[in-house]
Amino acid sequence: MKKIYLLFLFFLPLSLFAQDDDLLSLLGDEETIDYATASFKANRVVNGHSIENTAKGVLDTKFSHRFNPLRQGLYDMFGLDGASIRIGADYGITDRLMVGAGRSSYEKTIDGFVKYKILRQCSGAKTMPVTLAYVTDVQINTLKFEEPNRDNKFTDRLSFTHQLLIGRKFSSRLSLQLMPTLIHRNLTSSPKDKNDVYAIGAAGRIKLTKRVALNAEYYFVPDGQLEAAYVNSLSIGFDIETGGHVFQLHFTNSPYMTYKGFVTETQEDWFFKNDEGKMLSGVRFGFNISRVFTVVKPKLD
Amino acid sequence: MQKQWIFLLVAFLVTSVATAQDAAKYLTRDGKLKFDATATASPEKLEALSNSATCILDVATGEMAWQVLLKGFKFEKALMQEHFNENYVESDKFPKATFKGKITNLSEVNLSKDGTYNAVVTGKMNLHGVEKDMTTNGAVTVGGGKIRINAGFGFLLSDYNISIPSVVSGNIAKEAKILIDAALEPKQ
Repeated sequence: MKKIYLLFLFFLPLSLFAQDDDLLSLLGDEETIDYATASFKANRVVNGHSIENTAKGVLDTKFSHRFNPLRQGLYDMFGLDGASIRIGADYGITDRLMVGAGRSSYEKTIDGFVKYKILRQCSGAKTMPVTLAYVTDVQINTLKFEEPNRDNKFTDRLSFTHQLLIGRKFSSRLSLQLMPTLIHRNLTSSPKDKNDVYAIGAAGRIKLTKRVALNAEYYFVPDGQLEAAYVNSLSIGFDIETGGHVFQLHFTNSPYMTYKGFVTETQEDWFFKNDEGKMLSGVRFGFNISRVFTVVKPKLD
Repeated sequence: MQKQWIFLLVAFLVTSVATAQDAAKYLTRDGKLKFDATATASPEKLEALSNSATCILDVATGEMAWQVLLKGFKFEKALMQEHFNENYVESDKFPKATFKGKITNLSEVNLSKDGTYNAVVTGKMNLHGVEKDMTTNGAVTVGGGKIRINAGFGFLLSDYNISIPSVVSGNIAKEAKILIDAALEPKQ
């Protein structure tokens, strides 16, 4: 019996060492910061921003359309006969700071924005549960003034947005974000339409396959800030990714693509009764097409 | 009884020391690993570089292990990098690629003497949740207290369950090439 003990002890250090001998485990896990990436496929959910940024040195051109409501059917080709358009481009100055500009057909609006990621969700050597980004923009209505005899000022044309994006990629499938938003309009059409409008948005995406995701985005404007005619914006869409393009195809009740437009001036609900009590739908089809170009190549070494 | 215990202790120590001596190992945490999956007809380069591949080499046995974090690969195009991680290697699910193997011609590779040797390495590569046998040649240069490893090999993406959609099959090669350049130093 003793000999067995002896033999056991003799081999004990060998077996201890054998555990250590797995070279891979010797390499261990490096303490790196693992940032959450690709929480959304694009830097917009549908109309508003997502927590994603355009990467440094990348130009992202965007062509977006929102068509007429589907409700007219084949006569109007389900709304395709008329469209509200925005053409724009975004650029990543750093991986955390991006800028962009665009022009929309609605009110012949020119908009420019800056977006900065204050916090980035990560795990590993550092831990941060959420991504926090700030977006601010200016929107310039360039329509001819309706009343030329009024004392019209350039500043009357301006609207501004301040928005926080608080988001988290919960899994490779699911990302959610909240968007507290303030929109300031220098000039509104009636006293019931406040200059400062507070809104809260919520958005999410579920990845259906590697290249297709389902997005939803809702902006809630608490009562008492807008004319009764205006309603909340709700959009549901699919992100479809091919090589260098992302196609975002969606259904929305907002025909506009700037914050002032879709948050404060959406007029038809998904389902609503018109003055004659008839049930109608304000849902319309729309798309964003995004094409990226690498302008400044990063140094790999 | 006493004697037996002393003998035991000595035996224990001898084996401990003997195994500890065997443990001369060389290590790097900043090995360069280049990944290239550019198809011949592709208009764009599908190349990426990691500067943080880790490698450990046991000089006595010729055993070696490699590990590289897939998120550490940098592409020239950010979107390509995103697709690499999201759609192809799925780095959220499989964060690293590993290789564990052995120099099989250790009689021709004298890791304790300066010089350049051609080493044949056989082992198992693990990528995208798939483990496969792999054999490749490489140049091992011993000098200045370092061991430098230069090697290149290819592998079929399909062997590792990495599928290429037909729309981009003109751009992505079926066989990816790996180039390795790593300088190992004695492990402290």
